[in-house]
Amino acid sequence: MKSGQLLKQFLLLAGGIIMLMPFLWMISTSLEQGGVHNYVEAWNRVPFARYFLNTIIVTSLTLIGVLITTSLAAYSFGTMEYPGRDKLFLLFLSTMMVPQPVYLAPSYVILAKLGWIDTYLALIVPWITNVFSIFLLRQHFKTLPKSLFEAARLDGCSRFGYLWRVALPLSKSVIATIMLFNIVGSWNSFMWPLVVTHSEKLRVLQVGLSYFNQEQSSNYQLLMAASTFSILPLLVLFLLAQKHLVASYSRSGMKD
Amino acid sequence: MRTGSRISPYLYILPALIIVICFRTIPIIASFTASFTDYDIGGFHGFVGFSNYERMFTDARFWNSVSNTVFFVLGVVPAGIAIPLVLAMLLRGELRGKTFYRTIYFLPVVTSAVAVSVVWTWLFKPEAGPINGIIIALGGDPLMWLREPRGIFEMMLSPMGFQPKGIFAGPSLALVSLMIVSIWKSIGYNTVLFLAGLENIPNNYYEAAKLDGAGKWGTFRHVTWPLLSPTTFYVLIMSTIASFQTFALVYVMTPPPGGGPLGTTNVIVFYLFQKAFDRFDMGYASAISVFLFIVLLVLTIIQRRFGERRVHYS
Repeated sequence: MKSGQLLKQFLLLAGGIIMLMPFLWMISTSLEQGGVHNYVEAWNRVPFARYFLNTIIVTSLTLIGVLITTSLAAYSFGTMEYPGRDKLFLLFLSTMMVPQPVYLAPSYVILAKLGWIDTYLALIVPWITNVFSIFLLRQHFKTLPKSLFEAARLDGCSRFGYLWRVALPLSKSVIATIMLFNIVGSWNSFMWPLVVTHSEKLRVLQVGLSYFNQEQSSNYQLLMAASTFSILPLLVLFLLAQKHLVASYSRSGMKD
Repeated sequence: MRTGSRISPYLYILPALIIVICFRTIPIIASFTASFTDYDIGGFHGFVGFSNYERMFTDARFWNSVSNTVFFVLGVVPAGIAIPLVLAMLLRGELRGKTFYRTIYFLPVVTSAVAVSVVWTWLFKPEAGPINGIIIALGGDPLMWLREPRGIFEMMLSPMGFQPKGIFAGPSLALVSLMIVSIWKSIGYNTVLFLAGLENIPNNYYEAAKLDGAGKWGTFRHVTWPLLSPTTFYVLIMSTIASFQTFALVYVMTPPPGGGPLGTTNVIVFYLFQKAFDRFDMGYASAISVFLFIVLLVLTIIQRRFGERRVHYS
């Protein structure tokens, strides 16, 4: 190896160790004193099983909703021509420019008026569509050749049949991107569930962990154990889909 | 054409449209409207003109949150460009262990802000925390980190006999601790953006520079940096927008009530959150939302106007 390469490797490794250090400290502290028992202790100290279940319910139902509403809307915006289409699309896009904290307070009031505060509805329904995902999928649908649509039509394929049997199967990569973004987004979402739920039985993982942190602030071993198992599911997902996930982030330039 | 097929494009949009209107458009409009009312814990009483805005401009705590946010942005954004840029330069091209490094650097990006905050709170613990442990082992004095309200310039200059006051004292060490975590969390994401930007620079520019006898630094200055500028600009604006909205780190690491020691980590979104949900002062909170919106809108417009669209869908 040339000396330049060696220096590169050294710098990257040193940087990598710094990046990894908090995780290593987290795991080693979580195993201090009680060892694996700390995990059992943390898990049982507060209803983490319930928090996980809530997060899984919210993440999966949100994802299903997003996939349905997004495919339908992107299909319409990307492949059909009709009056008002571009204006409607602009209405969708304009909401992307307004970040969540800006409309958090009025959203709460609206959910309160609907009687949805402290229900799964408040955690799920406002998020079952995602404008950025619609945008990504629309861009992709626009690239599908028109001849494909006409050929399918001649074969007696209905409009919906074309979406279901032709367009979506040709969009697996974009769909995977949308799924990854939305899973990571729902799983890590904090501010919204913090505001719209109060009772413990509706607490999602992130909110539960933040309360646990306040209650057990001197119990580092338990806190680190709880952090470790909270991170674990996304960590596994990330390691499995690492390549696709990183590529998705870099292509779309989207965060959180 | 049958009527069915004429209305069907709208039917396809309908589910998404209902959600967008009910939970984005209406709340956004409501936010503007509410900022002109005295909506509070007792409900809506009436329109009050610009009085929420007048109150905002004379509210010292609000301006404190603004200056904390500006400090935060000024600390996080430059480091969040410089470090990832260096890393991307190191990672580009053929390299052993590239995937390995990219995985490690990207890990904090997909980790939840709450878990990250819980872990770093422990790392920063003044008593028994690992970071102070290292400082003590190296012969230094332990620091209070997240519990230190003194400004960092004040801390650095006071041994020399200077006592900078107010804004010149700089961000508190507590706020700087939050900046460190925020930088650490976003390094991987920005690195990936820079890597994509570097890959978009056509190779023939480098060949030409080589023929001209340009050295490594010359090549960087005259080829890489100018051609990378759309990416740099994009990262700059996007990090600024994201940093303006910091909430979870502040909430978890310098927990409520307060927003850190003596309010020194109280940033705009946290202040907005306190007004809206601790005090239920919705009218005033909405005025703060509008302020935040305008700041972010200006940044977005700058990005649209001056930044080349660098989003690719390959």
